[in-house]
Amino acid sequence: MTPATLSPERQRGAPMPPMQPRVLILGYGNPGRQDDGLGPAASAQIEALGLPNVTAYENYQLNIEDALDVADHDVVWFIDAARSGPSPFAVEPIAPAASLEFTSHLVRPEAILAMAHQYYGAAPQAFLVGIRGYEFEFVEALTPAAADNLQRAVEMLKERLSASQPSAAS
Amino acid sequence: MSDIHVDLGQDAPVRTSPGPRKIVIDPVTRVEGHGKVTIRLNEAGEVEQARFHIVEFRGFERFIQGRMYWEVPVIVQRLCGICPVSHHLCAAKAMDIVAGVDQVTPTADKMRRLMHYGQVLQSNAVNFFHLASPDLLLGFEAPVAQRNIIGVIEAFPEVGKWAIMIRKFGQQVIAATGGRRIHPRLCIPGGVNQNLSVESRDALRGDVDQIIRWCCDALELHKRFVHTHEELHATFASFPSNYMSLVGADGAMDLYDGTLKAIDATGAPIFEGVRPDQYRDYMIEEVRSWSYMKFPHIRSLGREDGWYRVGPLAQMNCCAFIGTPIAEAARKDFMAQAGGGLVHATLAYHWARVISMIHCAEVIKGLLFDDDLQGDDLVVTGDRRPEGVAIIEAPRGTLLHHYQVDDHDQVTMANLIVSTTNNNEAMNRSVTKVAIDDLTGHEITEGLLNHIEVAIRAYDPCLSCATHALGDMPLIVTLEDADGAVIATRVKE
Repeated sequence: MTPATLSPERQRGAPMPPMQPRVLILGYGNPGRQDDGLGPAASAQIEALGLPNVTAYENYQLNIEDALDVADHDVVWFIDAARSGPSPFAVEPIAPAASLEFTSHLVRPEAILAMAHQYYGAAPQAFLVGIRGYEFEFVEALTPAAADNLQRAVEMLKERLSASQPSAAS
Repeated sequence: MSDIHVDLGQDAPVRTSPGPRKIVIDPVTRVEGHGKVTIRLNEAGEVEQARFHIVEFRGFERFIQGRMYWEVPVIVQRLCGICPVSHHLCAAKAMDIVAGVDQVTPTADKMRRLMHYGQVLQSNAVNFFHLASPDLLLGFEAPVAQRNIIGVIEAFPEVGKWAIMIRKFGQQVIAATGGRRIHPRLCIPGGVNQNLSVESRDALRGDVDQIIRWCCDALELHKRFVHTHEELHATFASFPSNYMSLVGADGAMDLYDGTLKAIDATGAPIFEGVRPDQYRDYMIEEVRSWSYMKFPHIRSLGREDGWYRVGPLAQMNCCAFIGTPIAEAARKDFMAQAGGGLVHATLAYHWARVISMIHCAEVIKGLLFDDDLQGDDLVVTGDRRPEGVAIIEAPRGTLLHHYQVDDHDQVTMANLIVSTTNNNEAMNRSVTKVAIDDLTGHEITEGLLNHIEVAIRAYDPCLSCATHALGDMPLIVTLEDADGAVIATRVKE
């Protein structure tokens, strides 16, 4: 959390009622490449729920300015398609870690967290959700199996978002 | 109809077989979008050639076939997560032609230009700050653990702010023109959907001067690197080459519209004044068995000599001048390093990229004070045509879209030549140069791997159409003997 986002009461250290954490959902991938659209689909479904204190964005891929949004939230869920790993999905807590790639077409969520921490002093609790996908051809639809995985992942997210303190699970 | 299987992991030919047409790309390569470099030695153990293999969009062209032509400017944004706007605008320009419109209204033209220059500004900012600055400001040999944007921010705290805020400003320009920052929908064939609101205009006006100042500060910082590493800057991964870019009618840099100009390594014109619809008279797209990418080259020079470079370096070398004052002064300073000739240094891509950022910010400022952006005349109609070709200068260079549309308004043919394809041979040459300079023995050292990455970053190749499902995205370097047997492999995770 950046100092600028703290309310005057919290800056003074005054007793505060329990607060709902501000949650950011960042689903990314390409909906034009079949199951690569799992991240945006999850983000869209969460956004449609209209949950208080939950903001959901979708994008083709992560970009450096996402650090701004990340810094403004207490909990961040990065959601991507997974080409391997467990079905229907896996969740892991992630921490800031800078990296340098050979192309700007890849920015890792850990690098976004690192930028948010380094520049804005923000250290939100962060999780990476990998929803298992199976086909990645030029098709604008999820495979049935991936769509099932998506629903399971969204149910998990709904449960977590209803809780005041999310925790990692798989 | 046929199956096409392309295995990028090997130098295998494209295979076809009967049956329904389906494009199958090696899953690991496609999904991870990794880059693979193969260095081949000759019998004397010297570097014979190096190749940079990456995935590119040929499958996407078939994805467009059968779509209604007016849908295409939106659909093509699926191509690239970094520059969807470039594809949106290029497709729209091509579909203007199909819609029978040769000239959109001033409001439509300026709205599109505003969006385009916002896109180029923010994309170049990502490349320069996030990708290039760790190498340039911290040094090629800095430890990998430190050579990243966080290391840059620690050493140069202001750079982090420039990176994020310039990028954010560009995104705000896109959102103001396209209705939203993601998947903007500004363009339709023959025009645009909206003008620029006064509220958006005023908000952007309030920020643009600061953006220009930050771009200028970035230029000065970069020039300090150049002036303290003159030999490295001039020679690293460098070679003389041809160049190609759009230029305006008066020879000025124009990233949105104009005609194609190509020059040789001395600066002599190869062709100029080439309209987009004439591209096949001047260019050939060659297919090679070992790569999924096409190898375009200049027809009159042939396969061996006709390759060229595109992008910010080519834009500087091809244009006669830049029509905005700060960028023009920076261009003159940039070209002075060549003593009257062309600048061939591969690392000069970065310098040129910062000048382009300044130019974009200046153009944006000019447009924000142009009342045409609040005009209400948004769309022109015309008589349908069967074909349209358009070219723009995307952040990484010349981008071409070519479509044929049938009487039912459905696309029957799409051909895209993207910037990374145009730079294909040049990237191979840069990697080869690094391998020749740095490879000793049969070991792929950390230093060699680093330098290969630095060379590739100058071009910032576009990978795999924004498809990057969870998983590593490594750079794999393989060393082969004269018979193709693998001597060594090293993976940069």
